[in-house]
Amino acid sequence: MEPFVTHTGRAVPLRRSNVDTDQIIPASYLKRVTRSGFEDGLFAAWRSDPGFVLNLPQYQGGTVLLAGPDFGTGSSREHAVWALQNYGFRTVISPRFADIFRGNALKGGLLPVQLAEETVEALMAAVEADPALEVTVDLDRREIRTGSGEAGIVVPFEIDDYTRWRLMEGLDDIGLTLRHAGEVGAFEDRRPSWKPRTLVG
Amino acid sequence: MGRTLAEKVWDDHVVRRTEGEPDLLYIDLHLIHEVTSPQAFDGLRLAGRPVRRPDLTIATEDHNVPTVDIDQPIADPVSRTQVDTLRRNCAEFGVRLHSMGDAGQGIVHVIGPQLGLTQPGVTVVCGDSHTSTHGAFGALAFGIGTSEVEHVLATQTLPLVRPRTMAVTVEGALPLGVTAKDLVLAVIARIGTGGGQGYIIEYRGEAVRQLSMEGRMTVCNMSIEAGARAGMIAPDETTYAYLKGRPHAPADQDWDEALAYWKTLQTDDDAVFDKEVVIDAAELAPFVTWGTNPGQGVPLSSTVPFPSDFADPSERTAAERALVYMDLTAGTPMTDIAVDTVFIGSCTNGRIEDLRVVADVWRDRKVADNIRVLVVPGSVMVRLQAEAEGLDKVFTAAGAEWRQAGCSMCLGMNPDTLSPGERSASTSNRNFEGRQGPGGRTHLVSPGVAAATAVTGKLTAPSDLS
Ligand code: SF4
Repeated sequence: MEPFVTHTGRAVPLRRSNVDTDQIIPASYLKRVTRSGFEDGLFAAWRSDPGFVLNLPQYQGGTVLLAGPDFGTGSSREHAVWALQNYGFRTVISPRFADIFRGNALKGGLLPVQLAEETVEALMAAVEADPALEVTVDLDRREIRTGSGEAGIVVPFEIDDYTRWRLMEGLDDIGLTLRHAGEVGAFEDRRPSWKPRTLVG
Repeated sequence: MGRTLAEKVWDDHVVRRTEGEPDLLYIDLHLIHEVTSPQAFDGLRLAGRPVRRPDLTIATEDHNVPTVDIDQPIADPVSRTQVDTLRRNCAEFGVRLHSMGDAGQGIVHVIGPQLGLTQPGVTVVCGDSHTSTHGAFGALAFGIGTSEVEHVLATQTLPLVRPRTMAVTVEGALPLGVTAKDLVLAVIARIGTGGGQGYIIEYRGEAVRQLSMEGRMTVCNMSIEAGARAGMIAPDETTYAYLKGRPHAPADQDWDEALAYWKTLQTDDDAVFDKEVVIDAAELAPFVTWGTNPGQGVPLSSTVPFPSDFADPSERTAAERALVYMDLTAGTPMTDIAVDTVFIGSCTNGRIEDLRVVADVWRDRKVADNIRVLVVPGSVMVRLQAEAEGLDKVFTAAGAEWRQAGCSMCLGMNPDTLSPGERSASTSNRNFEGRQGPGGRTHLVSPGVAAATAVTGKLTAPSDLS
């Protein structure tokens, strides 16, 4: 997993709430058996509209997605995270994320940043006023920065120490857990024998 | 202080707890299907890791499978690749698989309970958000993403932070004609699609206790549509009676030991939930959705709401968008809405009890002309049971199509889809834009309402049929 320490890039304002994973990547794109190539399916239904924000020339190459509340609701598909990453996004900023999406994003190294609704609104307004504006997501200092002087925005965001450390180190979860294989084995020895088994005999 | 059901099950599965880190939770049962597993197996292969406990893992083919001509190869090449990949992976890693055509095949959330693998007090995960279904047994069950699937395959554990707990208590008995589906749609409309976020919901109260296991599964299944991580119902005599004698349920002395443990799982009287919601069952009625998320629902006897009815600005905008997508006019009585297709099935309502309800409505009735009606059993076992009871004859005599088991029209991933602009009444769980096929319009309903709607061609309650 690629470490995430700090990232600076242009932002794309997606003014929609309740963006569910069926919108992020429709079911018909889920059939691949690899982990790459999902960018074509990102917001596929909306991208057929030339006026959709991802189609506007001023937002090409954006790496920071600004979205309305309840981003990533619906199905647990991790492809939603891959589609955003394959397209080039490193982080998503929203007033509220669906739990499963947030979990999936953190595992894949896509940073979900939760900010107050007014703050997200202010960021969207700033980016719409100047699409070339760069937004910095600084995980090290747990803050978002954009613009300068009076118009500048600097806001802190919350993330727990453990998650932050893992992201900054780019640590893979399985490797972390396997360091405790002995404890897993000891737990298995204590499990009651009547617990269900899928293979019999 | 006392503990809730969810806390008890959680605590009993903690392998490792360290300050400042998520708990490492042991997983008793891992369910696999073809959509969210290929990249997980790929990851294992790349890292040279085996599946730690194939004996706690089971796979089925459901999302992509066609529901007709299943003896033919799958026509869609990508669907076929996913299914073939699952078969290869299960063979390579020693995982039990129920393939198309096999008597054990079915929707992943239907086969776990049917085999007796889903038991009170176990932890269940699956790369599918409707894993919450299994919570109906007092199991702690939740959906996970593909990297978590890989994690469980490799370690049989997951690092997790314990969600908060919420009690949804439905007091009093359900009025006649009100089903588990109506109950849960009303709960979602009440607390909102984000209302359960960060919580494990425990459903309690007389109305919940009165539900059959099938009904409880319907309720827990849709917990995720309220944003919850999981839904649970404490095990009781209904649960034990359902489990007893199933192929993987404990037997003899094991049964007694298991039962003694299961009886300890009830939420203690002095336990405190982080949030409590109380609903009066007497206020519930047959419920249907008008919009594009499962929280956008109203009683069937009501009308399509006006966006101005919503105080919250984002809900108002969502309502405006939904009305456009659904091609509905505010103020229209729900019972005036005509549908093109009726879909009966899915892991929400594709069980034998659901099919019995449908057959009861259709005996000596016919489905309306020009309406496509699909009845899709949730598993091959459900299909065989329905045929043993003669329900299939009722379905075909009424003019409905009786299909093979699978997810079918619950999602646009297999040949059963809506065409653009087509409107359905569906017993599934999601009415998102394009969920049943691009441009398709979905009204979520109970099996009884689906059956009555098929007869009249408009959204209808069974009690309104002459
Ligand atoms: S029936 Fe629908 S919700 Fe259930 S597992 Fe299949 S696709 Fe998912």
